[in-house]
Amino acid sequence: MRVGLFVTCLVDLVAPEVGVATARVLARAGHEVVFPEGQTCCGQPAFNSGYREEAATVLRSTLRALAAADVDAYVAPAGSCTTMVRTFAAGLLDDDPALAAVAPRLYELSEFLAEHGGELRGRVRRCSVAYHDSCHMLRELRLRGEPRAALARVDGVSLADWDEQRCCGFGGTFAVRSPELSVAMADEKLRTLGGADALCGADPSCLMHLRGRLEKLGVKTPVRHLAEILEEGTRP
Amino acid sequence: MTDLVREAGTRGAPASSLRDRERAALAGSGHLQVAIRRSTDNMDGRWRGLRESLPGAEELREAARSLRSAAITRLPELLGQLADNVEAAGGRVFFAADADEATGYITELAQRRGATRAVKAKSMVTEEIQLNARLAEVGVTAVETDLGEWAQQLDGEPPAHILGPALHKTQADWVRVLRPEGYEGGEDPDAMCAFARRTLRPRFLDADLGITGVNLAVASTGTLVMVTNEGNGRLTSGAPPVHVAVMGMERVVADWPEVDLLLALLGRAGSGVNFPTYVNCLTGPRRESELDGPEELHLVIVDNGRSKILGSPSQEALNCIRCGACLNACPVFRQIGGHAYGDVYSGPIGAVIVPLLSDGNHELSHASSLCGACWEACPVKIPLHELLLEGRAQHAGSERALWRAWARAWSSPRAFALTGAPAGLRPPQALVPPPFREWAKGRTLPRREGSTFRTRWARGEVLD
Repeated sequence: MRVGLFVTCLVDLVAPEVGVATARVLARAGHEVVFPEGQTCCGQPAFNSGYREEAATVLRSTLRALAAADVDAYVAPAGSCTTMVRTFAAGLLDDDPALAAVAPRLYELSEFLAEHGGELRGRVRRCSVAYHDSCHMLRELRLRGEPRAALARVDGVSLADWDEQRCCGFGGTFAVRSPELSVAMADEKLRTLGGADALCGADPSCLMHLRGRLEKLGVKTPVRHLAEILEEGTRP
Repeated sequence: MTDLVREAGTRGAPASSLRDRERAALAGSGHLQVAIRRSTDNMDGRWRGLRESLPGAEELREAARSLRSAAITRLPELLGQLADNVEAAGGRVFFAADADEATGYITELAQRRGATRAVKAKSMVTEEIQLNARLAEVGVTAVETDLGEWAQQLDGEPPAHILGPALHKTQADWVRVLRPEGYEGGEDPDAMCAFARRTLRPRFLDADLGITGVNLAVASTGTLVMVTNEGNGRLTSGAPPVHVAVMGMERVVADWPEVDLLLALLGRAGSGVNFPTYVNCLTGPRRESELDGPEELHLVIVDNGRSKILGSPSQEALNCIRCGACLNACPVFRQIGGHAYGDVYSGPIGAVIVPLLSDGNHELSHASSLCGACWEACPVKIPLHELLLEGRAQHAGSERALWRAWARAWSSPRAFALTGAPAGLRPPQALVPPPFREWAKGRTLPRREGSTFRTRWARGEVLD
């Protein structure tokens, strides 16, 4: 398939390695990957703060850029931004043709691989991974099995037992409006990490928050996006 | 009593900010969090288990949602029918537009009856209207008879949870609270319960007034349905000569099949039991042929801001059956406890309804990471996280200029790329802009390694 990458603002500006990994994994699964220029952000920071008009402005510009691409599907390495477009955008934009063109064809990465991942398989050194269920992905998109199935494509990866479903405390602008609370929530979750070799998730925003907290605490456990583990495991 | 706790018992805008109250709750000894975790994990765990094991749990929740929504849509009609049927059964009904009217009616009644002693069964709406304080002003001492609520009253604290008002208290706290009442035992829950029973029993028998809440009011028969776990509601409504039942106007249901479904969900969602321990269905005061029951029954139906929610985008908040499941599931509540919300209603449902009911404390809608665990736990499937977003949108404004500038920049790919440039730098602390400085207090600032994705793509560096 011809796949348009919706890379998301955070990946583009802060964690480009996640975008690179996503593009390579999709290509290795046999897809043609394109990057629709002109995309920026899904508008979620403003939307979650209550500024709907401003959120709509940014969302609309990104949707227009995505819709202009001639692709069969769109893939985002972020459950939250996927949710913004698939679930929340309808209440924000009335009858927007770009939304109608993009939303039904937008997949979160592991969701896309579950349907169109083909025979993609890989291998890494034995590694126990604590997978973090990000809230939008779990409760809005209902993607619980898909990211785990994606990890299962990589031999050597085993899932560690931890408090996988509790919110990590990021919550968008919540993380700066209530920083002490946000950090306390991260700590409660991270205390259950135990001896896992890596913390993994499918939402770069949660991972940025959790990595920042682990680094501050001096804990060396690496934090990896799902795409990075898949990329590493499937290197030619 | 700390300022944090004192504010929780008041209405309107608290003097402190939400963040200050969060910080105060987090800066404690950690006992608060330990106690809350122990109780809420218990209740949430059982409800979670029931949702998985109960056949058709999801369908039951959907059905409850539709029934509640239908009743709220017919609210004026159902309230009229309820009032007619309560009066036909010999009760009296008073519609109170606000807290003053409600407490005014009850204090006048108390004075007419020459009452000085009242017993109360736990009721959130009487906390909302500050009934105990108004009763004290006319010389009526109201004693809370729910065990947890009694402990809160003795401790000078408002309830910290809809269902478990004292669930933040440790066993040591309980001993401290009961000691001045004459308790001489140790941290043994059975001994403390026995002491409470001995101490409270005469209060029921001596009381001039019995005051309760109402879980559900059945319009078709004028019956008040009241749920308790300790049986104190039965004694409160039945022993004193006058029973005053106070209900928020949204508590009404059309008919009995709704009661059947909602009670089945209330017990399961609230405390993980298949059915509530005590369910009282009261239709009118004592009849001539009956031995027990009050001489007078008064039903006070309280609006106090609820009718403003009717017809608004937040109407579904009125579907709430006050089970407390959203508090038990909430990752924020377990960190800061009920009092940090600054109102009698706390947790996700509190963060939704407090700003709506009181037209104050608007920042409560930000007391959430929007994780949706509340929505997942709600037995009537109120989309609480969406209503929190609605609340934020309703009171947006102070940051408008900032978000407008952001929207202008981020709807232009070129300006977007420019604003992202500093992400590759790690500036000295003093040069970090304020929101990121807040971030950096407990976390390292993220730093991009190398060029942005779009630059790498343009250079052809992305694919193998």
